[in-house]
Amino acid sequence: MGRLFIVSLLVLLPIIIYSQEQESEKVNVPVLDYNAFEPYLNQKNDTLYIINFWATWCAPCIKELPYFQRIHDEYLNRKVKVLLVSLDFERQLENRVKPFIIKNSLTPQVILLSDPDANKWIDKVDSSWSGAIPATVFYRNDKRLFFEQEFTYEELEEIVKSFTEINQN
Amino acid sequence: MKKVVLFAMLIIGLSVVTYGQGYKVGDMATDFKLKNVDGKSVSLSDYKDAKGYIVIFTCNHCPYSIAYEDRINELNRIYEPQGYPVIAINPNDPALSPDDSFEKMIIRAKEKSFTFPYLFDEGQKIFPQYGATRTPHVYLLEKVKEGNRVAYIGAIDNNYEDASAATEKYVVQAIASLQKGNQPEVNFTKAIGCTIKIAKK
Repeated sequence: MGRLFIVSLLVLLPIIIYSQEQESEKVNVPVLDYNAFEPYLNQKNDTLYIINFWATWCAPCIKELPYFQRIHDEYLNRKVKVLLVSLDFERQLENRVKPFIIKNSLTPQVILLSDPDANKWIDKVDSSWSGAIPATVFYRNDKRLFFEQEFTYEELEEIVKSFTEINQN
Repeated sequence: MKKVVLFAMLIIGLSVVTYGQGYKVGDMATDFKLKNVDGKSVSLSDYKDAKGYIVIFTCNHCPYSIAYEDRINELNRIYEPQGYPVIAINPNDPALSPDDSFEKMIIRAKEKSFTFPYLFDEGQKIFPQYGATRTPHVYLLEKVKEGNRVAYIGAIDNNYEDASAATEKYVVQAIASLQKGNQPEVNFTKAIGCTIKIAKK
């Protein structure tokens, strides 16, 4: 009995550990500097891109994340793409950002923008951005909107509709 | 009709004032009288021999503020004796950000042995005049005949993650310019920070 237990433990333990690692590994969060990230702000096709700048430590960001998740879910397959750009410190990717994504079941793509010389790139995202988060860019081809504010779901949906309803004409 | 036009102009004028962006470099900054963590009130005018001030809107809870705490202490250690004291102001509404209450400010100032005043913007009247939007947000002031002139607005340096990796020390460089009788070459920078938590009216 004792031997059987030890043997099964030896077999099972690696599987348990492996499957836990799998969960964290399944969450793919590319770490990019600004130059590598910039193409995401300038994709030329008929998709509406919603790019939300957030961080796990930013209370108003966390409050509005479920609304971005809901937009992502409701506009699935409708040429609306939500991209969540985390500004957490790179060293907290494994112990904070990935666990946060798993815990909150976030399904839009997450990128970690790690480029501490923010003065060099904040204006390139939008010249009106002071650098405070949350901040969100909406764009489709040449139409582009930028907001340094926290959204309600209704506000978010209204902006999305202002893009998608033109699409149907 | 005339009255309507006047009224409309008044409304437009008011909204411009309300939605003003705060100070720009060159503007004269207001003095204030705010409560320090030691219970006493602090004003810029208390510093009779100051040549200027490093006013920093910062707080307890924000990771960017925390990342800069040691650097803020260091700034005061070096520049207070040279006539540029650090004056830190917490602009957040504690009802929205409980970690930024006055009681918690006292605790944090002790933990980190702040050598500078750490003031509470009670009623959130001062930060909107300066135009601070995030923490940390620096306003370097130069004392001139007309008052306290804004000489630099922005970040402390260009690396929030690692002080030793910063290649541009904006505040240090700006003070060095003032000490030579010049204006800072870089007088405005942006940085990622935590939004200031504003009470809903």
